Amino acid sequence: MAAIEVRRLRKTYGSIVAVDDLSFDVQAGEVYALLGHNGAGKSTTVEILEGHRDRNGGEVSVLGTDPRAGGRELRDRIGIVLQSSGIEDELYVGEAIELYGACYRHRRDVTEVLELAGLAEQAGQRIGTLSGGQRRRIDLALGIVGRPELLFLDEPTTGFDPAARRRSWELIASLCGEGTTVLLTTHYLDEAEHLADRVGVLKAGRLIAEGAPSELIRADTETRVSFELPDGTSVGELGDVLPADSSVVGARIEYSTKTPTAAVAALTGWAVARGIELSGLSVTRPTLEDVFLGLVADDASIDGSVIDGSGP
Amino acid sequence: MNEWPSSAGLVVRQIRYQVLMFRRVPIALFFTLVLPLIMLVLFNALFGDGEVTVDGKTWPTRQFYTGGLAAFTAVSATYTNLANMVPIRREDGVLKRWRGTPLPTWVYLAGMIGSAVVIAVAGVLIMLGLGVVAYDLEVEAAKVPAAAVTFVVGVAAFAALGMAVAGLIPTASSASAVANATILPLAFISNIFIPIEDPPAWLATIGDIFPLKPFASSFQDAFNPLVEAPAFDWGALARVAAWGIAGLVVALTTFRWEPTTGRPTRRRRASSTTADVQ
Repeated sequence: MAAIEVRRLRKTYGSIVAVDDLSFDVQAGEVYALLGHNGAGKSTTVEILEGHRDRNGGEVSVLGTDPRAGGRELRDRIGIVLQSSGIEDELYVGEAIELYGACYRHRRDVTEVLELAGLAEQAGQRIGTLSGGQRRRIDLALGIVGRPELLFLDEPTTGFDPAARRRSWELIASLCGEGTTVLLTTHYLDEAEHLADRVGVLKAGRLIAEGAPSELIRADTETRVSFELPDGTSVGELGDVLPADSSVVGARIEYSTKTPTAAVAALTGWAVARGIELSGLSVTRPTLEDVFLGLVADDASIDGSVIDGSGP
Repeated sequence: MNEWPSSAGLVVRQIRYQVLMFRRVPIALFFTLVLPLIMLVLFNALFGDGEVTVDGKTWPTRQFYTGGLAAFTAVSATYTNLANMVPIRREDGVLKRWRGTPLPTWVYLAGMIGSAVVIAVAGVLIMLGLGVVAYDLEVEAAKVPAAAVTFVVGVAAFAALGMAVAGLIPTASSASAVANATILPLAFISNIFIPIEDPPAWLATIGDIFPLKPFASSFQDAFNPLVEAPAFDWGALARVAAWGIAGLVVALTTFRWEPTTGRPTRRRRASSTTADVQ
C-alpha cells in the first residue's frame, strides 16, 4: 500500500481554489517532491496531509488512515517540518529535543538527533539566539526525533546558503537510506532533482506533470543547439541547415530540435565543408528547470524567485 | 511496539519545562512575583503600623495587605500569565508545532495550567513567608484549610478565565492588554491595593459581581483576626467557582491552535544564513 494516497483533493479558501482535483501517490520509502510556484497549492496540500487543515473534497490516506481522524497513533509515525513555525525561544537546543522527543514511542537519543541535524555544537545554546539556518535545523531535528516512517518537509531549505543546503540534503538522503518516506515541497529545482525519486509539478492547485526527474526531462525531447556565427558569414548562407524558428541574437544562433544527431551533422558538415570553426558550439539536453519553466510558462506570475538558487 | 510514555510523566515534564521557561523570562518573573513583593514592602512602610477598616471591621494593616497581595499574586500567575503566554505561543506557531506531535492536547494544556499553578503556589508562599518574617504576619493553623481551599478554587477559576481570554482575543498583544485592563481596575476596587472603608454602593456591587473581590476577601479572611476559624466564606467561593466554570466553557469552545485559519504563523527567518557555514 502507498504511504500517501491523494484522490481528487479539493481545498478552497472562500472563492480562491487552492487545490483542485489533485491526485497522486507516494510509495513507501520514496522521496516525492511537490514542485511549484508560491501559491501553487504545495503547502495547502501538505498541511491537509499533516492533519492541520480540513479539505473540501476528495479522499486522502496517510499511512493507511485519514489524517483528520489519525490522532495520536498517526502523529507518532509521522514527522512534520512546517514551512514556518516557532519553537519555545527560552529553551536550549538540547532541552527542546528532549522535551519534544519525550512524547514519541520510538524516540531517538538527544545526542543522536543533535549529531544528525548538525547541531552538536549548539546543544547548549538558547534557541532564541540561533541564526535562521540553525533554527531550520532544529525544525528538522524535531521532525526526526520520533523516528518517523513518513517525514513531511515543507520547503526545508528556503533561505539557506548553498553549503547549508548541501548539508541538509545529506541529512535527508541519509534518512532515506533508513527507509523513511519523504514528502518534500520546494521551489528549488536542483533540490527536487537532487533528492526526489519522483516529482509532481503543481500549478494553480493542479498536478500538471509527474515522474522521475529524468523522465520529465526525457519527455521534453527538444535538444538545444547553439553556436556563434563567425565574422564574415551571414545567416542566409546556412540555408536549410537552420530550422525556420531559430533565434538570432547578434552573432548567437540558437534552435531546438527533436533529431539532434541529424541537426548537428548538418550543421557541422556545412561548417567543415567551408573550413569554418564554430565557436561556442553547444548541444544541451534540457534541465529540470527548463522543463519546469516550460510547463508553467503560460503562468503570468512567473518571477525570478522561482528559479532562485537553482543555478550552478 | 514500544509503550506510550506515561501520561503522568509527560504532564510532569511539561510543567517542569514551562516553569523553567517562565523563570528565563525576566519581565514575567518581575511582574508576576517581584512586583507584588515590592508593593507589600511599600504598603507596609507607608501604612504598616496602622489599622484598616473594611466593611466595618478593623484589623492590622499588615494582615490585610499580605493576604490581599498574596491573592493578587495567585491571580497574576494564572489569569494574567496564561492570557499572555497562550496567545504568544499560538502566534509564534508553537501550538501548531505541538499539535503535530503525538502529545495529547490535554497534556499540553495541563502543562501550561499546571505550571501557572506552581508559580502561583511559589508566589503565595514567598509572599506569606515575607509577611511572617518581616511583618509579624499571624497565621492561625485553624484557618489554613480555609486559605488552602480558597486558593485552590481561586487559581482554578482564574486559570480558566485566563484561557478564556486567550481564546477570545485574537492577537497576543491585545490579549495581554485585555488581561491587564481587566485585572488592574478590579484590584483597586477589590480591597487589594486600597482598603475601602465605605465604598459607593455601585462600586461595591461591581466589586462583588466580578470574581477578584470574593477571592481576595475570602483569602484575607484567613488572616483576619476578627474572623473566627475555620473562616470559610462559601458564598464568595461559590461566586468565584461560577466564574471559573463560565471561563472553562468559554476556554473550551474558543481554544485555537493557530492565529486564524489559513494565515501563516509568524516566524523569524534570517534571509541569509552565511554565518551558519562552519
